[in-house]
Amino acid sequence: MITLRTFLMAMVVTLSATAAIPANAQTLDTIKKRGVLIVGTKADYKPFGFRDPSGAIVGFEPDMAKEVADKLGVKLQLEPVVSSNRIQFLQQGKIDLMIATMNDTPERRKIVGIVEPDYYASGVNIMSNKKAALKNWEQIKGQKICGIQGAWYNKYVAETYGAEIVAFTGTTEAQSALLQGNCIGWVYDDTAFAGLLSEPKWAGFEMSLPTIKEEPWGLAVKLEDLDGPWGKFMHDMLVSWHKSGHLIALEKKWHIPPSPYLAELHDKFK
Amino acid sequence: MNLQPIWGWFRALHDATGINLTIFYDPFDRARFFDGFLTSIRLMAVCIVCSVVIGVIGAWIQGSRLRVLRLPTQGYIQFFRNTPPLVQLYFFYFAVGAYLRVSAGNGLTTPLVSNFTWAAICLSFWAGAFNVEIFRSGIEAVPRETLEAAESLGYSRLKAYVYVILPLAFRISLPALNNNLVNLIKTTTIAYAIAVPEMLYVANQIWSDELNVPEMMNVLLLIYVGLVGVLVLIMTRIERILRIPGYMP
Repeated sequence: MITLRTFLMAMVVTLSATAAIPANAQTLDTIKKRGVLIVGTKADYKPFGFRDPSGAIVGFEPDMAKEVADKLGVKLQLEPVVSSNRIQFLQQGKIDLMIATMNDTPERRKIVGIVEPDYYASGVNIMSNKKAALKNWEQIKGQKICGIQGAWYNKYVAETYGAEIVAFTGTTEAQSALLQGNCIGWVYDDTAFAGLLSEPKWAGFEMSLPTIKEEPWGLAVKLEDLDGPWGKFMHDMLVSWHKSGHLIALEKKWHIPPSPYLAELHDKFK
Repeated sequence: MNLQPIWGWFRALHDATGINLTIFYDPFDRARFFDGFLTSIRLMAVCIVCSVVIGVIGAWIQGSRLRVLRLPTQGYIQFFRNTPPLVQLYFFYFAVGAYLRVSAGNGLTTPLVSNFTWAAICLSFWAGAFNVEIFRSGIEAVPRETLEAAESLGYSRLKAYVYVILPLAFRISLPALNNNLVNLIKTTTIAYAIAVPEMLYVANQIWSDELNVPEMMNVLLLIYVGLVGVLVLIMTRIERILRIPGYMP
């Protein structure tokens, strides 16, 4: 059976290809040699990473990335990522650094190098149609709730509150679906809603539930780089940001409501 | 039947080798992956049946003498064949779906057509457009003399189509139809873009939660190879059963 044998060989090739993980940890040297720092940030997460009218990616996280590139004395290249591909981009070496609104969780620490300390914190909330009159999380049982593919709390909200999560690839699709009434609410980071709810388009919506699952955000390098020079460099960068209050300044610049987490870390490192 | 030992084996496999197949040992992941599998199968079955029916009817209309019938069919084929299926899905779900709404009572409106139904409609029409052309090629390969013979025996156009032309044309079209249906069942994965909880969508959710991307990618690959294999097997069977010994148009 030629076909069976070719098929099996194809499978072996596929399996071994996915098992191979590059083992170099010289990312800092690579960046300096290349003269360009490639950072993965969100491009659909106002005001942390979004596109301005000219199409350029701007926001809180691109500003952080710019600081890093300036400190290294290299050019900055921003690569837009989404929740469901950001970890793979980093693992495959498509990006050197990921600053993409990612929650710092123990599972993720096993596969990417999340650099201490964390740089921000957000919780999970639902932006819902005012007419749905949500008052507590138990009300979403059996209801359709929009979500973003790749968010870790989709499973948590589905399992804990029995909601039916309708997850889309990007925030634009989720927003259209919510505006059209395909779901009564959208489960996402409270920090993202704070920015959105100030826009007139969302006048009929509210964030009426208490925020749950407040978790810090971590920026990440490849796991092999975490204890290498590149991970150390980013660690020092983060400490100096917290010490100088730079992140709080960025928060002000992008009109983000003051986060108690940043104030706490500023005090800790002062 | 107690399947616990099997699930336990996959947990042990994870502990021993790091190969994390949560779809076997985690009850929540298992249930949603199985639901995803069933949703995929349902979507495939609906689309295959509907697209073949659309193909047969469309090909008949294409041979009609009435321009009023032929022109809209031609328009339909051009529309669905010349646009990418993903664009069509977005168009139906976000653009057309926005206007088809019913009131839910509490002041909210809900969509009249669910995302699964949109995916089924869209993919059926998309594959159907190709099927029309596939069946037309089969029909045109049936010798003119055969149709004339049927007509001289008193068959009407419809009867000759159903009893003489179509059975022969169907046999000629089978290899091309086979190709198109294989393509169709693979294309059902794009329904994930409008959040139809089919296999790719569920796998994406699972690997986002469990971070077992290589494992889930391989599982998906194997399942699709298997599903396409089953379809091809059935189609070859049909081809063999329908073979007319000695008939070669």
